[in-house]
Amino acid sequence: MADNIMSFSPKPLSDEGCIHRAPDIPVAGHTAESSNEKAYIIEIDHLSKWFGDKQVLNDVSLFVRQGEFVTILGPSGCGKTTLLRILAGFNMPSEGCVRMNGNDITDVPPFERPMNTVFQRYALFPHLNVYDNIAFGLKLKKEDEESIDRQVRRVLKIVGLTDYEERDVDSLSGGQQQRVAIARAIINKPQVLLLDEPLAALDLKMRKDMQMELKQMHKELGITFIYVTHDQEEALTLSDTIVVMNKGRIQQIGRPTDIYNEPVNPFVADFIGDSNILNGIMVEDHKVQFMYQEFECVDEGFQPNEHVDVVLRPEDIYIMARNANAMISGRVTACIFKGVHYEMTVVTDRGYELIIQDYNMFEAGQEVSLIIKPNDIHVMHRERLYNVIDGVLADSTHIEMLGGTFECEPQTGIEDGADVKVRFGFDDVELMDYSDEGDAVGTVSFILYKGNHYHLTVTSENGEDIFVNTSEVWDDGDMVGIKILPQALKISKVE
Amino acid sequence: MMKKILAQSYLYLLLLALYAPIAIIIIFSFTSSKSIGDWRGFSLELYSNMFSGHAAHSATIMTALINTVVIAVMAAALSTILGSIAAVGIFNIRNRKLRQAIQFTNNIPMINPDIITGISLFLLFISLGISGGYLTVILAHTVFCTPYVVLNVMPRLARMNPNIYEAALDLGATPLQAFRKVIIPEIRPGMFSGFILSFTLSIDDFAVTLFTKGSDGLETLSTYIYADARKGGLTPELRCLAAIIFLTVLILLLVFNYRSNRLAKEQQH
Repeated sequence: MADNIMSFSPKPLSDEGCIHRAPDIPVAGHTAESSNEKAYIIEIDHLSKWFGDKQVLNDVSLFVRQGEFVTILGPSGCGKTTLLRILAGFNMPSEGCVRMNGNDITDVPPFERPMNTVFQRYALFPHLNVYDNIAFGLKLKKEDEESIDRQVRRVLKIVGLTDYEERDVDSLSGGQQQRVAIARAIINKPQVLLLDEPLAALDLKMRKDMQMELKQMHKELGITFIYVTHDQEEALTLSDTIVVMNKGRIQQIGRPTDIYNEPVNPFVADFIGDSNILNGIMVEDHKVQFMYQEFECVDEGFQPNEHVDVVLRPEDIYIMARNANAMISGRVTACIFKGVHYEMTVVTDRGYELIIQDYNMFEAGQEVSLIIKPNDIHVMHRERLYNVIDGVLADSTHIEMLGGTFECEPQTGIEDGADVKVRFGFDDVELMDYSDEGDAVGTVSFILYKGNHYHLTVTSENGEDIFVNTSEVWDDGDMVGIKILPQALKISKVE
Repeated sequence: MMKKILAQSYLYLLLLALYAPIAIIIIFSFTSSKSIGDWRGFSLELYSNMFSGHAAHSATIMTALINTVVIAVMAAALSTILGSIAAVGIFNIRNRKLRQAIQFTNNIPMINPDIITGISLFLLFISLGISGGYLTVILAHTVFCTPYVVLNVMPRLARMNPNIYEAALDLGATPLQAFRKVIIPEIRPGMFSGFILSFTLSIDDFAVTLFTKGSDGLETLSTYIYADARKGGLTPELRCLAAIIFLTVLILLLVFNYRSNRLAKEQQH
């Protein structure tokens, strides 16, 4: 009755470019490997989103091929759900645009997009029974009853709920409700199915079953799936392509095996699977130094003596009883049975702690030797070697940055009030238990164990990240006071 | 033992005190005497007078009754529509402080004394040049009923899965269709209780009606009875009216309770 009153006039589907696109956005390197075998069904182009002054998406670009199963993977708060909601049309991007089959759909309202969403908490209509929930979309399209009837029965068969038509949705189990939600979406034959952590509320056994069924459905229906999850195992199992996100940015795009075997940075390595991440130096091609030792490896293309991060997967380290000519020797400090394998913590003679998974058990206290093969060493470019923060010189011995005032060595040649860049090392920062003991306040937002120390990301009150090496144990979310040695601050004027 | 009897008799005494006035009115509606306390044997004369129009004022009583019901239905319907839309709007305000401020503002008309509401609306209508009558009374009743509807609908919204509106849009419903097919069924019980509450509040109202009914002779039951009593004693037929209204409300209440009990039981299964 009111269809015409409320419906937004559809945007002319021309390809005259994105009106939202800010001209000066730098092009991110994060795009799927380009190949034109199959056309891209979805193109996400330099998308940014702010909620107030909080940026939840930062220049995200992503291309999805017709029929692909793409998983957007990341910890909670990384922006993955916001990205999905922009795709569905529930949120508008602050910058950038979304194209579908080459047409800009950024301004197209959700009810005119040929995609459907499966929500995390199912979002079934409680006043309708299973049949009417599933038929909701078709009834809106005013299809004739016979055809609706046939299609409802067909999708009920696909999701394995034949004969559930008359049931009240509240009387169904979580798994069954999720099946109804999927049926309700796929009956509309969307070109793209968006799934927002659809299995998060199910128990482990049910989740595994549903994963297999989803994969099967994807194969049979030929619909493009865009799947959001924080469960790395789920992502590895289901996807053709995984998009790893953190803090509103895409970290890496690739096939599951690429993401697992060739993570581009410590975040990805840490988030996907278990890993040992260590500081290293790439002496020359095929030669990397870490844990005070040189190892042969297969990586190349680094600067001589470049600082790098080294990833060792726990299952790739060989462990055996101590013998004289092994590369590394150490002692087991803990051993846990994990079902298929044992997970052991080994402290090397030089003080590095490594996690090792092996079918053979070595008890705590046992002396062992370790072997690492060149193929199993993964070397990554170090993203940063020191902190660089913008600040303002308050007077010759004080500097304002990170939402606080820090003492520095007397500065000459820079006038008071000038904008400056401040550089300091990861080891120069001291974190205090009580936030008022420091010169600024921050929150521990990411913890990376590097074998013999922790590499923390601390987010200051004004939203800037600094990186801190420490041997003390902190928890994610801890409020800390930030103190920096005055002599460690290297200050240069911003021209 | 003694204690128990005392405790129980206290309860019955209390109930007696509460219901005695109504009981007396109902009893004396079945006799033809002019004043209460003067029993002249059972008779349905007052009832027949009231409905046949033989009594001096029975025509006015019936008009007042009809006015009251029409005003109550109109005001309740209007409040239910306005209040439900307002509740959805308030519920969707993102800014928490603003939302709380508006909810607080919504509560003020409910605690505001009727007499103040009446006078302020009276002044408002005069300053706008709207003469008192049906329209002003309905508007005035809508003003003090709407907050109760908002208050009844809000909890239903809070209990609703916030994604279902978006799910409807996602499946191709326009915002208006989504509101009609998904939001309204969800808040319907709240709207229904808001309507009933508004209806009874409107029937019950005296102060606001008195100030907004204007001078064209519009009377509702409450204003008519008040005026009648001041002219020297209540018209005897009003006892019948009181009895009828009391029983109607009682029956409505029983139906309402039975319905909500059944609903609660259904939800348990």
